Amino acid sequence: MESMEIAEKLQDHFPGEVLEICDFHGQVGVIVKRDRIVDILRWLRDTPEIKMDHFMDLCGVDNKKRLGGNLLRFEVVYNLYSIPLRHSIRIRAQVPENDACIDTATGLWCGANWHERECYDLMGISFNGHPDMRRVLLPDDWVGYPLRKEYPLKGREEWSGLEELKHKVVELQEFGLSDGTLRTEAEQSQTKGNEKS
Amino acid sequence: MTRPISKTVNVPVADGDGERYTLKMGPQHPATHGVLRVDLELDGETIIKCSPQVGYLHRGFDKIAENRTYAQSLILTDRLDYIAAMANNVGYCVAVEKLLGISVPLRAKYIRTIVCEMSRIASHLLWLATHALDIGAMTVFLYCFREREVMLDLFEELCGARLTFSYPRIGGVRQDVTRNFIDVLQRFVAEFPTHIGEYETLIDTNRIWLKRTVGIGVLSAAEALELGLTGACLRGSGVDYDIRKHRPYDAYDLVDFEVPLGSDGDIYARYRCRMEELHQSARIIQQCIDQLPPGPIISEDAPDLVMPLQGQRKVEAGSSTYGTGLIRLLEDKGEFPVGDIYVSTEVPKGELGFYFISDGSGRPYRMHVRSPSFIHISALPALAEGSMIADLIANIGTLDVVLGECDR
Amino acid sequence: MGEVKESGVQEPALIEIADGVKKIPGINAVLGPLNMLVNWGRAGSIWPMTFGLACCAIEMMDAGASTNDLDRFGIIFRASPRQADCMIVAGTLTKKMSPVLRRVYDQMPEPRYVLAMGSCACSGGVFNSYSVTQGVDTIVPVDVYVPGCPPRPAALMQGLIKLQEKILQEQYRWSLWR
Repeated sequence: MESMEIAEKLQDHFPGEVLEICDFHGQVGVIVKRDRIVDILRWLRDTPEIKMDHFMDLCGVDNKKRLGGNLLRFEVVYNLYSIPLRHSIRIRAQVPENDACIDTATGLWCGANWHERECYDLMGISFNGHPDMRRVLLPDDWVGYPLRKEYPLKGREEWSGLEELKHKVVELQEFGLSDGTLRTEAEQSQTKGNEKS
Repeated sequence: MTRPISKTVNVPVADGDGERYTLKMGPQHPATHGVLRVDLELDGETIIKCSPQVGYLHRGFDKIAENRTYAQSLILTDRLDYIAAMANNVGYCVAVEKLLGISVPLRAKYIRTIVCEMSRIASHLLWLATHALDIGAMTVFLYCFREREVMLDLFEELCGARLTFSYPRIGGVRQDVTRNFIDVLQRFVAEFPTHIGEYETLIDTNRIWLKRTVGIGVLSAAEALELGLTGACLRGSGVDYDIRKHRPYDAYDLVDFEVPLGSDGDIYARYRCRMEELHQSARIIQQCIDQLPPGPIISEDAPDLVMPLQGQRKVEAGSSTYGTGLIRLLEDKGEFPVGDIYVSTEVPKGELGFYFISDGSGRPYRMHVRSPSFIHISALPALAEGSMIADLIANIGTLDVVLGECDR
Repeated sequence: MGEVKESGVQEPALIEIADGVKKIPGINAVLGPLNMLVNWGRAGSIWPMTFGLACCAIEMMDAGASTNDLDRFGIIFRASPRQADCMIVAGTLTKKMSPVLRRVYDQMPEPRYVLAMGSCACSGGVFNSYSVTQGVDTIVPVDVYVPGCPPRPAALMQGLIKLQEKILQEQYRWSLWR
């Protein structure tokens, strides 16, 4: 089935939920509200003529610099694919800034588990009903969500774990016999190259 | 008076009577293939709960890419799955080409298919080497590295690097293949099935190998699908999903090959799948060499991309690399589409997907990498829970994970 | 034993096997200043700790495999820091991994050496981002830097030879009991 056809069926089935259907290079994205996202995904998975059985990808997007139209601050993008029927669709669920959460898809595909944890870790969108909503890539006590647009590339403040470690390094310096190079804080700031970006 | 040689130590033997303890394996452990940490809850030697901890190699790939132009990010993809960097490069280029609407000349498509399959061979050889080493077969490691070295030497002849290539370009490839490259590759492909036979004689019917792999880490087709596994891990369970067949890219629709499927879904089935894939890769390379057409190796559609080949490229101050100068031109053009796209390719580990959102600025508004290893590690508890601790190593090996790709 | 010279005094003809280290032929003994003997022993049996982090770890494995056999330098990889003399930090060091690196380093007995392999370990490399430590020399003292992304196995061998040279030139560096 063509992706556009699936999107139209989806619109017929969930008329209040679908906000917009976009087509780009033959890939169809459906912008939906977040409230019934699990129902939408379940319908896509279980309807026999659609049968989206492969959960390809989930990622969070920060729409801060491209707001307007139907877009809210955050967006969770689901890419689904049907292995037996060979068609795909993209679902883009809109998530507001003041309440950055959405229902989890782990009940449908347990493979969504870490995708959602990653989205929470880097984008700060939490998933209701997720079995293990912790950071996955960054340390647990990291402050901030790096993929948000206001977060600078090199981070804002130093991670507390590294601060502790640097104190420890200075303390232990006198006990070691090594005459290798150890750069101190001052030298680091001196030699730190500014990457043109 | 004679000294007692050893004292008798009473070691409490756990017999499943609820005496549990936790063991943290990694992140510095030789069998975790990098910096994976696995927190285990054990009852004797049986794993009750297994929770993998990743992120020890998280470099902020997505964020760096947002701050760079499309061509500049190419070098980052080398460091994703560094065992098969070429496949990552090609995957990235295919995605960007689809986004920008650039078509690739046929010769470049064939060359890319060749290098992709070469990197599949290199990756599977490394997988076999380390997997066998973890289980206890040292000889396989030395044999596999012998052939892998041939692949790396060929890559070096092609682009000057052994691991991090950045050889494909958006719209084609950087340099044409040489006569010597084709000759050496042809010889290699012709004798490679014999080498596969060598590895198979070492372990295929080896009793220890069979004891450690048959019936261990079993996943049914439905389970594997629900866990989101791709690549040989999914095909070992009997699901016919290979992106080279489903959504062909480059020259995969022009060559003839089979997708090996397993049925049992255990470690041995996945091992057999990958060994068959080695045969198929050799077959694809042979066909590509036979069919390799003459012609340009980089696209004419994107004239700015062709410029460096004509020797007219001016290297600006501060743009020492090829990529930087190249994409400056592209960025100035201001012809970037607005939209989003998800393109995935079949890398040796599984499905590598790139999701781009372009806002027309010449830099990705958002780039997300769907890396197979990340999902495969998340499936580790499903494989390992309830099994013995020694099988954990075999289970990590069979998932074929690379932490660089997992953590990005 | 040595030849009898005209004067009738017997002198053993010592064979110089390294700088300042001489072997007495025929018997199982070496002769030399203690300092040089120790350095010779240390330099000839560097057991590196495999701290493989990223891409460079693959080249490090390659250096140890069949084509570029590291064993012939007396270099045998050890997986345990307690038995290692040298740590090869191969790959990108992230902030999350930094405390682990330091802990492993602290577990190594003196004398200990660190070899930073690859651009990322030397300076952070291409990853100038929020989660990457800009060089392992901010965490542990580094003796030898091997640049490259990743360095070839030959470059790693060169680095290890440099480390051997460095060890041979040391003066009275004795171990602290730890």
